[in-house]
Amino acid sequence: MKAGFFAAAAAAMTLVAAGGAQAGATLDAIKARGFVQCGVNSGLAGFGSPDSAGNWTGLDVDYCRAVAVTLFGDPSKVKFTPLSAQQRFPAVQSGEVDLLSRNTTWTLTRDTSVGLNFAPVTYYDGQGFMVPKKLGVKSAKELNGATVCVQSGTTTELNLADYFRANGMSFNPVVIESIDEVNAAYFAGRCDVYTTDASGLAGTRASVAPNPDDHVILPELISKEPLAPAVRHGDDQWFDIVKWTVYATIQAEEKGITSKNVDEFLKSKDPDVLRLLGVTPGMGAALGVDEKWAYNVIKKVGNYGEIFEKNVGKNTPLKLERGLNALWTQGGLQYAAPFR
Amino acid sequence: MTGDVHNSTVSLPDERPPSSVVGPLAWIRANLFNTWFNGLLTILIVWLLFQMIPPFVSWAFVKAQGFGATPQECRAPGAGACWAFVSEKLRFILFGTYPYNEQWRPLAAIMVVILLLAASCDRRFWRAWFPLVWVAGLALVGVLMWGGVLGLTYVENSFWGGLPLTIILSVIGLAVAFPMSILLALGRRSNMPAIRALSVAYIELIRGVPLVSLLFMASVMFPLFLPTGVSIDKLLRAQIAFIMFAAAYMAEAIRGGLQAIPKGQYEAADGLGLSYWQKMGKIILPQAIAISIPPLVNTFISFFKDTSLVIIIGLYDLLGTAKASLTDPAWRGFYREAYLFIGLIYWAFCFFMSKYSQRLERDLNRSRRR
Amino acid sequence: MASETRDDRRERAAISFSLNDPTVRATVYQILVIGAVVALGWYLISNTLDNLSRRAIATGFGFLGREASFGISEHLIDYSPRDDYGRALLVGVLNTLKVSFIGVILATLLGTVVGIARLSSNWLVARMAGVYVETVRNIPPLLQLFFWYALITESMPPVRQALNPIPGVFLSQRGVWFPTPMPDPVWSTMGIALLVGIVAAWGVARWAKARQDRTGQPFPKGLVGVGLILGLPLIAYVAGGAPTALDMPVLQGFNFRGGMVLSPEFFAILIGLVVYTAAFIAEVVRGGILAVNWGQTEAARALGLPQGRTLRLVVLPQALRVIVPPLTSQYLNLTKNSSLALAIGYPDLVSIANTAINQTGQAIEGVAIIMGTYLSISLTISLFMNWYNKRIALVER
Repeated sequence: MKAGFFAAAAAAMTLVAAGGAQAGATLDAIKARGFVQCGVNSGLAGFGSPDSAGNWTGLDVDYCRAVAVTLFGDPSKVKFTPLSAQQRFPAVQSGEVDLLSRNTTWTLTRDTSVGLNFAPVTYYDGQGFMVPKKLGVKSAKELNGATVCVQSGTTTELNLADYFRANGMSFNPVVIESIDEVNAAYFAGRCDVYTTDASGLAGTRASVAPNPDDHVILPELISKEPLAPAVRHGDDQWFDIVKWTVYATIQAEEKGITSKNVDEFLKSKDPDVLRLLGVTPGMGAALGVDEKWAYNVIKKVGNYGEIFEKNVGKNTPLKLERGLNALWTQGGLQYAAPFR
Repeated sequence: MTGDVHNSTVSLPDERPPSSVVGPLAWIRANLFNTWFNGLLTILIVWLLFQMIPPFVSWAFVKAQGFGATPQECRAPGAGACWAFVSEKLRFILFGTYPYNEQWRPLAAIMVVILLLAASCDRRFWRAWFPLVWVAGLALVGVLMWGGVLGLTYVENSFWGGLPLTIILSVIGLAVAFPMSILLALGRRSNMPAIRALSVAYIELIRGVPLVSLLFMASVMFPLFLPTGVSIDKLLRAQIAFIMFAAAYMAEAIRGGLQAIPKGQYEAADGLGLSYWQKMGKIILPQAIAISIPPLVNTFISFFKDTSLVIIIGLYDLLGTAKASLTDPAWRGFYREAYLFIGLIYWAFCFFMSKYSQRLERDLNRSRRR
Repeated sequence: MASETRDDRRERAAISFSLNDPTVRATVYQILVIGAVVALGWYLISNTLDNLSRRAIATGFGFLGREASFGISEHLIDYSPRDDYGRALLVGVLNTLKVSFIGVILATLLGTVVGIARLSSNWLVARMAGVYVETVRNIPPLLQLFFWYALITESMPPVRQALNPIPGVFLSQRGVWFPTPMPDPVWSTMGIALLVGIVAAWGVARWAKARQDRTGQPFPKGLVGVGLILGLPLIAYVAGGAPTALDMPVLQGFNFRGGMVLSPEFFAILIGLVVYTAAFIAEVVRGGILAVNWGQTEAARALGLPQGRTLRLVVLPQALRVIVPPLTSQYLNLTKNSSLALAIGYPDLVSIANTAINQTGQAIEGVAIIMGTYLSISLTISLFMNWYNKRIALVER
């Protein structure tokens, strides 16, 4: 009787294993479902935050929409799941979200043991510190003995310890899971210093601080934080789609194509542009999507520069400079691989 | 003659007992000042009450800002409680992110569940057909919350939150776990060593770990247990964790009831030639469950309170929505009002359930006392 | 009467397999159940291994040797971010045990007082205790924790305007600082003296009881015991030179340096757990005292025993039989509820394991460590309770 059970179980096992061995399980599930499940930040101004009506805005949110446009032609075919730093990796590992676009830093451990594949970097950032102006601190090296608020489960937590150790300083960490509570603790005075990516500091100061001018962001950037969208291991085709969606926006900016003038570029003489926009077919078929995918992305979401300016640029409360995020032709690091 | 005095029909009116024996003064002497130590304690407590209650009343009612105040008015120095915070955030705290226009549906669902619970308290309804009423009621709740039929728009369960989520998690957890717990309790008392070992292992394992770790296990490990392509909703994961948790605790309560039944009942049933399931179903379980209802109600009360832990895995029940409402930058700092409000809601539910359990226990004991 | 024939014996010896035989039925059921459980387990485990390998998520406990790289705000043993995950988890376990141990002691004290107060003849005292118990028991513990934490962090003054009620003690929203004695060899001598005093007091108690059983003469063993426990360390202190140097906390830069600090997280979880569990312990104690038949007290009084001896010699031993099992389960609940520290940032085991899970991605190992630790603690306490129950059990049919 036991043998019978084991035989039946083994048969079921092989069926499951065989079924799972096909590549593309994630992409098939998304196509069957009809929308992309995207994990975003629960409330980081400029990157992923809902407004009071529940509409999501932000740089990471726009890239989710861009991927939805690539697959389905419609930026609304995406469902946003807010995730804390602790919840984000289990969510993408378990299949709760297909794409993690949540200002996540690309590191070796996350690429390997956590089981993620990272698309091209959408924002080159670094970790910084914010302190109240009245403390009179001018540099991060004066922070010995300070109480520091940090969100748990982030590279921020690790870099903080490394930096203070390297500089022979000590600190008291206040580690909180939810970003809203970290904000609340810092602005209530529970800690002296708030540390996270510099873009996050700018966003928090602009949107959450009772009086933004009371706080100053210290000049030191103590780490490299390349923020990139991530998918889980096991589906190369899905990974390629996400990767080349990001590259399409960068390539569009390199060629000067914006959402406003993309129709004129359909008549361009540049073969790179024709391949990108699908006038010369081939790129879409290789990815398994519609040939006009890049055209739709640029028209419905925008090129990299437009996405940047709309969400974190000079006209937003964050007022971030392009800096490292400028194109490679302008002294930055954004460089798209060739579309051929 | 001397007999005339004894035959007098005039009787003096009864005098009232002295005020040191009846009346409020006597009561105070007997209850508050009967020993010098008690007297000291009374004075101390009355002083403490005077220190605490008037400031609280002044904060909560007299100096409080009414339901229409703005945050600036609430933050003015000398302002009391900011009840405007509660009225502003009321629908968010109670219903979470459920679509605004459809919020009558979760309200109706809560009413249905409260009616079901109230009906379950009345012993006239303890009949064999009552579980069907429960099933119908829960189906109605499902239709109201999900929609999609009868012209109601479909609302996915990632939008559910607040009080309906708390009630649904606890009620469904209890309802589904109840049959499981009966099987576990019977298994633990079984003569078959394998079944007894499995039951004991399950019960001791679940009771030995905190609910937080079970919720973690559910949220990170359940998706790994399923084959690729099959995904399981976060709410369902939390619900399964609760069901597993409740089954173990309720099994212990029922086991107490089974132990309390005199051995004579078992022996008489065996003597009548009843099979195991007939014996359990007709003789033992009805008595055992009746005896264990008070501890079962206590389990349900702690269960209801434990649903607040889902905030740790990212579900927004009543406590979760209250905490989320506190993070609004415009309304920061009014944690006292928020926590008082939901504390009152939790307290109301749990207090009435515990009063019912005490009354039930008294009733059952009265019927059994000779 | 013929004895058993050979045919009868042969019939009896033949192995019969019939579902009417209850032994056979029981074996069949058990095999079915075990088979179903094993099949389910096999299915789940193979799915898990398949998923893990496909997503290239690491498995195994090797991560315990890797550098942790994150800081922990409170640690009983030395810890720096350079230590490995294993040590970080050990710090977590020690923090859990610290909070549970102190919480159990305080909750028992408070709970016993409230339980006895509820039975007081003073109406006001009894009602106040009743209000406390009924309020606290019906509100979720997590809500109470959040409330205490918010009270401490938002209502206490900032560090630079810390309250200073007693010289050396500072209260602020970052915690309570108070002075500690400077390290000095006299403290270890006092520790040894304390242990010696405890052992001596116990020895004196035993000797006094034996003498009373033999000769009937009482001996003030309580007073002598207290004298030994307090007096021997005092002698050691004086003999060591009576050092009074204190390490006072001083505001330097961002925070206070020196002395010892109790963080708001620790305070919040301690107060929250103690207040919550004491309400339940109060009910347990009250139930235990009420369970002792009033006739026992009447008989003790009829024998002329004063109130104190009645309680100590007659009521309490019987009440303890009823009190100890639910009391132990309340202790267990307090230990398990300490896992809620995750929500307010106190670095207990669950909180640190959570961070480890998130940094390494190894959720299964992390959850297994958490459950394994709590299971060991509860099984230990359960074993003790079973032993105690067997020792005092009333024999029944």
